[in-house]
Amino acid sequence: MQQSQPLKKTINPKPMTEGVKKQLLFRLLLVALLSLLATGLGYAVLSLPSSAPGLSELVAENLETSGVSNPVTAVLLNFRAYDTLLELGVLLLALLGVWSFGAVPERRESFPGPVLDTLSRLLVPLLILVAGYLLWVGAHAPGGAFQAGSVLGAAGVLLLLAGWRPGARFVGLPLRITLVAGLGVFVIVSAVLILVGGRLLEYPPSFAATLILLIEAAATLSIGITLAALFIGGRPEAGPNN
Amino acid sequence: METVTLLQWAFDVVLGFSLLWIAWLALTSLDLFRAIVLFIAFGLLMALAWVRLDAPDVALAEAAIGAGLTGALLLAALARLESNNATKPTPEKDHQPEAHD
Repeated sequence: MQQSQPLKKTINPKPMTEGVKKQLLFRLLLVALLSLLATGLGYAVLSLPSSAPGLSELVAENLETSGVSNPVTAVLLNFRAYDTLLELGVLLLALLGVWSFGAVPERRESFPGPVLDTLSRLLVPLLILVAGYLLWVGAHAPGGAFQAGSVLGAAGVLLLLAGWRPGARFVGLPLRITLVAGLGVFVIVSAVLILVGGRLLEYPPSFAATLILLIEAAATLSIGITLAALFIGGRPEAGPNN
Repeated sequence: METVTLLQWAFDVVLGFSLLWIAWLALTSLDLFRAIVLFIAFGLLMALAWVRLDAPDVALAEAAIGAGLTGALLLAALARLESNNATKPTPEKDHQPEAHD
């Protein structure tokens, strides 16, 4: 990253004119509206009951049947798995939006400095290990697919910063399959569950742990690759082999 | 025991005010690079605040996504904006971009 210089954008270099007066009025209006919003929010917060019962007791009661012992993971991957399914869809849509702008822009060859080069070589395996650990530990402690996926994504960003680009063999079908794996596995599991005889994403308690781990593993991989692909900032094309 | 709670309370107050202060600085900064760095600092402090609120799951996500990846994405976007500006003939010639991403 370079140290960027100040952008030199003065708001209005001209002396006091109509424009300045208009701007002042606009700002006053903004302040008034924001104060109104702040008052409304403050009122809403103050009028909340001091100890809302919430759903925590319900979650605690049913934790045994969820297949995991971390209540957050139980809610995300079992009780409210539908929300997580849609979240994965949103992430994929975001990437499709970026890809629709076109291919990766022209890149000038840049060689990483020795520090970045060495550090990325050391850190990337460690980050992959941490991602695996977070995925596994999510069953009974803070962690899970999104955290693990973002650590994996950070490893990808580090590789990209160090000048690495995916090879031509990976850019085509393999990349796309990895990107949709999370959502795909989730949808397949829910479809099979409907067919087997239940409702959408109602895991049988004996399989719940395995199914959650399966979904989370696929989701971690997809989230990591999606985040790294977002960083590239365009659709990678199969160029000359590197 | 009394001093520990007092210390925690003081820490929370300092944390809350620094969050508001950094948010203000980031929003009002005219230099975009500075604003992004402040945003990353805000994300890290926010992760600390989530830990203090007993929400380690959210803290992990905030530190990894909010501070780390969003910061990297914003910096990449800024770099591209600057190189786009540099290719067009602009009246401001004092800005020398260099290859980086």
